[in-house]
Amino acid sequence: MELLQYALDNLGLLGTRTLEHISLVGVAVGIATLTGVPIGIAITRNERVARAVLYLASIIVTIPSVALFGVMIPILSLIGQGIGYLPAVIAVLLYSQLPIIRNTYTAIHNVDPALREAARGIGMSHGQRLRMVEIPLAVPVIMAGVRTAVVLNIGVMAIAAYIGAGGLGTFISRGISQSDPRQLILGAVAVSLLAIVADYALLALQKRMTPKGMSVSAATA
Amino acid sequence: MIRLDNLTKVFDTPDGAVVAADHISMEVPRGEICVLLGPSGCGKTTTLKMINRIVRATSGKVFLDGEDTSGLNTETLRRNIGYVIQQIGLFPNMTIEENITAVPRLLGWDKARYKARARELMDMIAMDAEAFLKRYPSELSGGQQQRIGVARALAADPPVMLMDEPFGAIDPINRAVIQDEFLKMQAQLNKTIMFVSHDIDEAIKMGDRIAIFRQGKLVQYSVPDELLSAPRNAFVESFLGEDRALKRLNLVRVREVVSGELGTVNPGDTLATARERIDAHGYRDAIVMVDDHRRPIGVISRDTASSRQGYCRDHTRGLPAIVQLDDDLRKVASLMFAHDTTWLPCVDETGRLCGQITQRDMTHHLGSRYRSHRREPTANGEQPRGD
Repeated sequence: MELLQYALDNLGLLGTRTLEHISLVGVAVGIATLTGVPIGIAITRNERVARAVLYLASIIVTIPSVALFGVMIPILSLIGQGIGYLPAVIAVLLYSQLPIIRNTYTAIHNVDPALREAARGIGMSHGQRLRMVEIPLAVPVIMAGVRTAVVLNIGVMAIAAYIGAGGLGTFISRGISQSDPRQLILGAVAVSLLAIVADYALLALQKRMTPKGMSVSAATA
Repeated sequence: MIRLDNLTKVFDTPDGAVVAADHISMEVPRGEICVLLGPSGCGKTTTLKMINRIVRATSGKVFLDGEDTSGLNTETLRRNIGYVIQQIGLFPNMTIEENITAVPRLLGWDKARYKARARELMDMIAMDAEAFLKRYPSELSGGQQQRIGVARALAADPPVMLMDEPFGAIDPINRAVIQDEFLKMQAQLNKTIMFVSHDIDEAIKMGDRIAIFRQGKLVQYSVPDELLSAPRNAFVESFLGEDRALKRLNLVRVREVVSGELGTVNPGDTLATARERIDAHGYRDAIVMVDDHRRPIGVISRDTASSRQGYCRDHTRGLPAIVQLDDDLRKVASLMFAHDTTWLPCVDETGRLCGQITQRDMTHHLGSRYRSHRREPTANGEQPRGD
């Protein structure tokens, strides 16, 4: 009850922090999608490069976020951006690469060889095949990768409050430093809810972006 | 016309080089279907796929209508060759209309033209344009999907088509139907077609010519009748099967075997007349009775004619069966077995009696090919039989 009252009293702040959080994750995953999808498509042409890229992306994910922030402080301090918005976005951008690249690569790689042969056989160039057949078929799996990245990084972004990036993590960090369970719990619950809502919203988007013929087959299969 | 000149494919494998197709040279005349036939791994599919460069030839050349294709851009070449594969490969993200207009769209046709073409194609494959054009491949049955696959290959009206076991994944009943439809279409379209199959019966049915492959080599290339009557070696013989003479029944029409002379009686003739004619023609068991339009309506048996009195109309038995001039001998043989008879009356397109076909005529017709092709005396000392 007390928590609810606190939340109501600080509704404005909660809204601002939520928007901050969404914009941080949104910008970072947005950029990650713009880089990850082309990388994922490009590496389907060479298996050795693909293995190397996916390995590197996996390693990045194993770095604890606190450590990653720590590493970036001295480096980004050189351009006066050691803490705050930029390192937070870069960290999430890096963490997002793996699910997005991997899903894109897997989806394109797993397009039915018969479809690929049919597309080649009727005279589609490599680019036409990607645009007309392979990418449309890969969209659901690519979107699933984006979803994973968003949900994962809504959690990671909560920690970015410690380097002054703002967002819902601020409630948690203040709650801890001020020994205020209301702020701590409000932050934690808000982060969880945001992750759940984002997951459902992106799932709906994923379904809308799935080519119609494929959702028909899913429905009848 | 398709001409292959020493087409060769060597695959490099960890176990060394494998020759998948070894200096294949052959020519398919314009408007004919050539079936590439052989066991799996014999090189027939590799040969087919070298024509549209799905597989790159190691050496050799492909000529289409006399033009060396090696100078052509790969995409241009493929857009001018219809391609149908066993897995069909319809794009699941596209509607039926988008699928069958894929090549025209790649060729940059304007919208009105390719939309009209889509309808034309649906008519050609006997599918309802209204009902299907806006649907997706996953909503169609296998047979319908393969018809669409054929329509997609025909969309830009390419002179040449390559078909890789196109009807292999369809159940036997639908397969026969689609084969018949395809042959009917081909009679109108006159495409030059290479068709890969591993099914000898399909090859005999579809092929104007059959090319038998084994271990990367072209073993025999002939018209079906010659292939069946004169297999070049033991491999071809065993691949065609012990019953290859029976398979030839499919290839021969009644028209080629029918004997025109056939004595008949009318309903108004007496049985005595019937008896006389049976004797005059030397028939062993019966004579056909025809109406005023020479349509067969029954038979008078020899026993009846010799033991009873009266008019033919009162003593007829039903006809066992009637065959048409365009029926194949396989159907005739089947009818003979079913009705325990050695002859059948034959009618023309208007239903008029035009002759009879006997078991003897059939064996003689088929046998004459063997007699003319018979090779050296066989190992067990049997002598070639001549007439």
